Amino acid sequence: MLTYALRRLLLAIPTLLLISLVIFLLVDLAPGSPMSEIPLTVPPEVRLKMIAAMGADQPVFVRYVLWLRQFFWVEPMHQVDLLFGSHIVEGQQRIISYQTRGPVFTVIGERIPQTLTVIGTAYLVGVLIAVPIGIYSAYRQYSWFDQLGTFIAMLGYSVPTFFTGVLMIVIFAIKLHWFPSIYNTSLKVTDWASLLAQIRQMALPVLVLSLFNAAEISRYTRSSMLENLGQDYVRTARAKGMGEGTVVLKHVLRNSLIPVVTVIALGIPGIFGGAIITENVFKVNGIGAALIGAIHANDLPMVQTLTFIFAVLIVVFNLIADILYGVLDPRIRYD
Amino acid sequence: MPDGGDAVLDVRGLKTVFRTRGGEVHAVNSVSFHLRRGELLGVVGESGSGKSVTMMSLIGLLPMPPAEVRGGEVWLGGRDILKIPDSDLREVRGAKVGFVFQDPMTSLNPVFQVGFQIMEPLIRHMGMTKAQARVRAAELLELVGISDAQSRLDSYPHQFSGGMRQRVMIAIALACDPDVLIADEPTTALDVTIQAQIIELVKDLRHKLGMAIIWITHDLGVIAGIADRVMVMYGGQVVEHGPVKALFADPQHPYTRALLKTVPSLTGAREARLQVIEGQPPIMTEEPRACPFAPRCAHAFERCDVENPRRRAVDGLPLGQGHDVACHWEARHG
Ligand SMILES: Nc1ncnc2c1ncn2[C@@H]1O[C@H](COP(=O)(O)OP(=O)(O)OP(=O)(O)O)[C@@H](O)[C@H]1O
Ligand SMILES: [Mg+2]
Repeated sequence: MLTYALRRLLLAIPTLLLISLVIFLLVDLAPGSPMSEIPLTVPPEVRLKMIAAMGADQPVFVRYVLWLRQFFWVEPMHQVDLLFGSHIVEGQQRIISYQTRGPVFTVIGERIPQTLTVIGTAYLVGVLIAVPIGIYSAYRQYSWFDQLGTFIAMLGYSVPTFFTGVLMIVIFAIKLHWFPSIYNTSLKVTDWASLLAQIRQMALPVLVLSLFNAAEISRYTRSSMLENLGQDYVRTARAKGMGEGTVVLKHVLRNSLIPVVTVIALGIPGIFGGAIITENVFKVNGIGAALIGAIHANDLPMVQTLTFIFAVLIVVFNLIADILYGVLDPRIRYD
Repeated sequence: MPDGGDAVLDVRGLKTVFRTRGGEVHAVNSVSFHLRRGELLGVVGESGSGKSVTMMSLIGLLPMPPAEVRGGEVWLGGRDILKIPDSDLREVRGAKVGFVFQDPMTSLNPVFQVGFQIMEPLIRHMGMTKAQARVRAAELLELVGISDAQSRLDSYPHQFSGGMRQRVMIAIALACDPDVLIADEPTTALDVTIQAQIIELVKDLRHKLGMAIIWITHDLGVIAGIADRVMVMYGGQVVEHGPVKALFADPQHPYTRALLKTVPSLTGAREARLQVIEGQPPIMTEEPRACPFAPRCAHAFERCDVENPRRRAVDGLPLGQGHDVACHWEARHG
């Protein structure tokens, strides 16, 4: 198992390097200048100095290596310094946003909690409702519950979130005034009233996104359960006199969860991708909104870093999914 | 019970129907048989003759729907287990009746350790603690001839060969010391040499533990070697039944006769699926009113097409006690 995990880990490194290079080059080749938003009144020699200060005058490969070093060494070590009060990378150049002129990771650090509370909650809620629904739908295949589930899942999966999102806003926020239509990022939860306000403003985006996530995961759970319910070992468990609860929730579920857990893990980076759209619809000031903003402002370091973080997440969760597969399935574990 | 007090299992008039989209399939039609303590009953018949469905319906192992047990009685331990609630039936399965299935490669749960799978019925039926069940599970593994039992408890099924998995299945079936062991083609999926080993094992265990066994097979050679009595099935009904010697020496039913002519050689046992008789076994869409074998029978006459023959004694003993056959044609005169 350990060698299996290590092998996957080693394979991830060249993958990530290649992805980082491609992202860096693509973003770099895109038209637009980092200085485009500096007022024209700034004299040209000052402008050149500013460009040099940000390292933007270096050849592309130099900048790539520099950026790699900043991403993989300076930034993590900066966090270490902050945590332990050490001075490992003190005074070294961090990745600087063209927009804010401050470190990219400061912005990211501010935005991630917004994304996680809304989009993360939606994913968690989605998983928590999807798995039981999938189990029950499979166990009672073709029952009215299953039929209804199939219908809702089809809707949830095929109607895009920007449509359901806007629809929900129109109905529940604008017409009925049950929920606010715009997410207030600066709201701090300090007491019961603010907690209620937070829940109310999270309700719509969480509802829309969790429906979408639950649709997919419940279908996966259902088909995986169905496949396993017909297996011979289920008959064996029944022949041993085990109760239906044990048969379904232990024998069948334990096998069915293997692909489902993998799909859930693989879907987590998608949270951040989905965030781009949903955050826009509900005006949640999270990481997705940050990416859109950075693209509009030609903020190359920010775009490169965020895109690369998405890529890292995808690779990391692929790795986690692989390892989970090994943990859950003894047939893989021992190969 | 009419068959005498020594019957551990007494099945009377069992009827099982599948409700499918294409209509009903009458898979088991009024099957009656009994099993005495410590006895081995061999059940033979072509593929689709209703052997598995009979055995599974009598302890509620068929998925319902589509299956429906439409009639009959199954007496076990003084109760008709077709009439008891599901929860009570679960107390019977795995405790009083052990089941071994055909394919050992898929019959064990791939994600649980072998030890756990043997311990489960012990904990459920015998009220053992985990520690006690583990000790017993190791004993059981040893009993079925798996060496190094203690450490093998922590293995997963995929780490075992087919023959060893079938031994594990037998250990599970025997865990709670059942009165009846039902083995549904337990060796069909195995190599010939492994088949022989498993048969030896069951013979040996039967001697040691004294449980009654129902052994379903296509292999009449095996039946001749281990069974006390034989039941021949066709079209979901019993067509001939009797003590092994009598039935092999003096087969009455044309179907049995044909089967006996096709006894497979030891090496070709797996391929020989008893297909020497021309034609296909029937799929009953309604309760049979004619003899199901008539279309393939060389001796069929008008009566066979209008009246499904009842079982009649051949040797003068009461039905079920001796040799009987369900056929209008009388072999002795033919
Ligand atoms: N789920 C089902 N739905 C409909 N018909 C079924 C179902 N299961 C079994 N049958 C029918 O029941 C009949 C008896 O099948 P059964 O499995 O008992 O045969 P068998 O004697 O055990 O054959 P084999 O030697 O192949 O195991 C067959 O005609 C089959 O078509
Ligand atoms: Mg069968």
